[in-house]
Amino acid sequence: MTALVIFLIVLLLFVILVQLGKVNELSAKIRGEEDAEQQNNNKTAVWLVIFMVAFLVFCVASSIYYKNVMLGYGPLVSASEHGGKLDSLFNVTLFFTGIVFIITQVLLFWYSYKFRSSKGRVGQFISHNNTLEYVWTAIPALVMTFLVVKGLIVWNDVMPDVDPSEEVIEIEATGYQFAWDIRYPGADGKLGTKNYKLINPGSNPLGMDFTDEKTHDDFIADKIVLPVGKKVRVRITAKDVLHNFYLPHFRVKMDAIPGLPTYFIFTPTTTTAEFKENLREYPEWNELQDPNDPELGSKWENFEFELACAELCGIGHYSMRKIVEIVSPEEYEIWAAAQTAYYTGIRNTENDPNLGKLFNSDIISRAKEFSTNIEAALNAENAEDKIVRLNYIQFKTGSSELTEDSKYELNNIIKLLNDKSAISAEIGGHTDNIGDAAVNLSISKDRASVVRDYLISNGVAEARLVAIGYGQTQPTDSNDTEEGRQNNRRTEFKIISQ
Amino acid sequence: MANDVLTYNDDTLIKEQGFEDHFHDHHDGDKYQSNFVTHYIFSMDHKIIARQFLITGMFWALIGAAMSIIFRMQLGFPEESLTWIKPLLGKWITVNAETGVGTLMPEFYYALVTMHGTIIVFFVLTAGLSGTFSNLLIPLQLGARDMASPFLNMLSYWFFFLASVIMFYSLFLSTGPFSGGWTAYPPLSALPQASTGSGTGMTLWLMSLTFFVVSVLLGGINYITTVLNLRTKGMSLWRMPLTIWAFFVTAILGLLSFPVLVSGFFMLICDRSLGTSFFLSEIFIEGAALPNVGGSPILYQHLFWFLGHPEVYIIILPAMGIVSEVLSVHARKPIFGYKAMVFSILAIGFLSFIVWAHHMFMSGVNPFISNFFVVFTLIIAVPSAVKVFNWITTLYGGNIRLNTPMLYAIGFVSMFISGGLTGIFLGNSAIDIQMHDTYFVVAHFHIVMGVAAFFGMFAGIYHWFPKMFGKFMNETLGKIHFWITMIGAYAVFWPMHYIGMAGVPRRYYSFNNFNSFDDFQLLNQFITVAAIIVFAAQVLFVINFFYSIWWGKKMKDKNPWKANTLEWTTPINTGHGNWEGKLPVVHRWAYDYGKDGKDYIPQHIPLTEEEKAAEGSH
Repeated sequence: MTALVIFLIVLLLFVILVQLGKVNELSAKIRGEEDAEQQNNNKTAVWLVIFMVAFLVFCVASSIYYKNVMLGYGPLVSASEHGGKLDSLFNVTLFFTGIVFIITQVLLFWYSYKFRSSKGRVGQFISHNNTLEYVWTAIPALVMTFLVVKGLIVWNDVMPDVDPSEEVIEIEATGYQFAWDIRYPGADGKLGTKNYKLINPGSNPLGMDFTDEKTHDDFIADKIVLPVGKKVRVRITAKDVLHNFYLPHFRVKMDAIPGLPTYFIFTPTTTTAEFKENLREYPEWNELQDPNDPELGSKWENFEFELACAELCGIGHYSMRKIVEIVSPEEYEIWAAAQTAYYTGIRNTENDPNLGKLFNSDIISRAKEFSTNIEAALNAENAEDKIVRLNYIQFKTGSSELTEDSKYELNNIIKLLNDKSAISAEIGGHTDNIGDAAVNLSISKDRASVVRDYLISNGVAEARLVAIGYGQTQPTDSNDTEEGRQNNRRTEFKIISQ
Repeated sequence: MANDVLTYNDDTLIKEQGFEDHFHDHHDGDKYQSNFVTHYIFSMDHKIIARQFLITGMFWALIGAAMSIIFRMQLGFPEESLTWIKPLLGKWITVNAETGVGTLMPEFYYALVTMHGTIIVFFVLTAGLSGTFSNLLIPLQLGARDMASPFLNMLSYWFFFLASVIMFYSLFLSTGPFSGGWTAYPPLSALPQASTGSGTGMTLWLMSLTFFVVSVLLGGINYITTVLNLRTKGMSLWRMPLTIWAFFVTAILGLLSFPVLVSGFFMLICDRSLGTSFFLSEIFIEGAALPNVGGSPILYQHLFWFLGHPEVYIIILPAMGIVSEVLSVHARKPIFGYKAMVFSILAIGFLSFIVWAHHMFMSGVNPFISNFFVVFTLIIAVPSAVKVFNWITTLYGGNIRLNTPMLYAIGFVSMFISGGLTGIFLGNSAIDIQMHDTYFVVAHFHIVMGVAAFFGMFAGIYHWFPKMFGKFMNETLGKIHFWITMIGAYAVFWPMHYIGMAGVPRRYYSFNNFNSFDDFQLLNQFITVAAIIVFAAQVLFVINFFYSIWWGKKMKDKNPWKANTLEWTTPINTGHGNWEGKLPVVHRWAYDYGKDGKDYIPQHIPLTEEEKAAEGSH
């Protein structure tokens, strides 16, 4: 109903206007068309001048009114090292174009007013003026040259890639419909290889190639955290369509392209906390964030640097937000150390391409584990606490042949016995209760002996080692579950004297 | 000497001194247009074809503008219910069952934004503007009977019509029309998985625009041939009005750049349906890794913008030509610096081919390459500035009639200044880092090539309406239309500079996901209200247009503006063939206004003895 009423009102308005036009045409005819035209002409000329004044006042006044939300005129100063240069280039351009804008608009409307037609006058025959034309070709040419040179200096300062020798934090942003994934290089400072064919939304959203050890410490963060004052190279990629990595407060923007990594390099200069403190000075930032929810606090308290998408990528284009947090270098170290490498959740699952393969890092951590356990055993009071379970000594199923990877643990033992010559020990073999007890006993004996023989063949004195097979007689866990049985199948290192 | 005394008796003059091309011996007048169908539908008369382009363009302009009103409603008043428009948009408005609030779906928001751009850029400002006025004015102002090939000219319109039908049909697809932006960047435009509009909608979009390019090429080759070969006796290139220069260069630009676009489209079609990898590489979408490797989405951008940038000059040059002519006629003064104007058009035309990558500073091309594009881009500011200074100086010392066409010409210059100057910011790649794809860009190109081109088009329509329909458009309605549009267009687009300088990206369906972009609700409402008012003014224009065709003030004098160009020497009801007897012979340039105290001296008036003497002494 309302729609119909509005429609009728609009229709009526159009009818009135058309009638008005008709009436004016008729009255002009009656008054004499020339006189009417002359009068209209004068009126229109005045309106043009009024428009010009109003327009220019509106331009200046509105820009002052909105000053604080634009570029660096208010509190929203650039939070990156290069951003200020862009802003000042903008201002230099604004200065020159502003002058031209005002002069040309004023002349355009002023001449239209001043030289409005009057009866009997004839326009002046001015067809050209070479001097004038040279001058006003030269002036824009000079100003343009100045702006181009200034602009290109900044451009070539901001855009080139980093020198390999430079110290830089490299992170990676991957855009997809409709979010960003942020990958950090982890402790090694290097981002591991990716391959889009390895992408699996559940177990490997970025397609990291885990056979590349550089991926093993890479972590995916739920926000971008960066230390203030450190140069950052963002490697920008996309999974599906074009996106654009846009950090408005840092004056950073670059397309993300599937199959063609791009980059942007910048140095944050203000921490989030400092930026907030600055915003606090402005009354508009002290208003409530949400008047309906005073709990949220004021606007400045809720401020965050943001990452947005600036290249149309589909229906969710407007929602690809990620928070950016700039912190002190110390806070950054703490934060980074607290992150878990993505690979940790993958290691030794079915999705791990390195299943059953040892990495150097594993060998090192196993050695550490061994020496911690030994340390505890050496310091223990009771005899039963002087036993160290050799987790990483394993045998091929049903036989007493050592697996290839067992040698690392064996070497740990050799190193221990070489370092501390007072130690003598018993190697104990244990099994679960599956199968015949006698067979179990014999295999546990064999396995213990194999370990002892290996140690002896590597230079440990025979007298320091005894090998005993216990079979299934000393379970440490229930034999009713697979997990329990697994715990019962074991090789133990028992310190007899030290 | 009083200007109302000065009239010329063209008929006698052309009869006595005109050029006999034996027109009547061959065609016996208008034998091609014997019935309604051949006269009004499958017409080969360039004047009818011009009207066909204009009216089809107006149809599209209303649709394109109405689309912008709908998406502006979403941006200005996201909370308001749009249920009232559900009868029109159907499933694209989802109504909340509890509150009854209807919301525009993001899919259709993006479809509207995409179609708005495609329609306005190609169908309105290319076909509607250049198609209309090139067709109308090239033969008339050159003293030609028609285009070089009237048949190709007719095909040009009907290919445009076919393109229009396909595009219009695509609006009603159940998956919606194409929604990946008017630039149609792959992979978004190549993969139906990426967006519903990239399915059938995109297929039809590509088909439609391919036919559109055929239309442009058929038209363009005709315009060029006509300008080069069919000028009447005495009409040397340096005597051509600036309108013709502008249309001529526009046609050359179209002829050289549109085929490149089509080649890009063909590759896109191959990527979409034949499994090639021109633009696709290493894509994982909808849970699957695609086999395509080795392609580059940036290649498409190069091909697209190799047209896309000349395209903005294809849009603005005809407007510039029209404005130069209208300014000169109504200021009763020669256009200032005619040669400089011609060289500016040529320079702009040439430079427009080597600046395309300034649309791609932030798209991952090598930053070193951008250096060259910055230089060439900012060089364009020089001929553009020269044109602006020349227009303003044309007004100086004039005897200006401030009627509607003149107001639109003045408005054009104002818009071109405002929008052109912001181009200096964006053309400088370093500033573009922050401004790229923000509302600052939206403000820039809407003012400089949207509003300005529309103003040029309006100036042309109001000015040549008498030539087209033998009637005048209503002045009062014209002035109301002008003032609402002038004030309203600035009210719509000026605030967008501020929104852009605050960093708000374009093509956002909603701003409330981001703290940084959410502060401009009031400004967005203001823009939306202004846009609705401007749209209403355009409806008024359409009413005035059709009202005036039938009931407008009749044209009594065949040269009502006392203009110098040849179209005003043809009869009021100009038949096919334009001049009834001989063709007019041209003796002078088109801008002898105010010369020797005479208000105007048309091009076909022979030089006086004094003038000959003065010419000889040079």
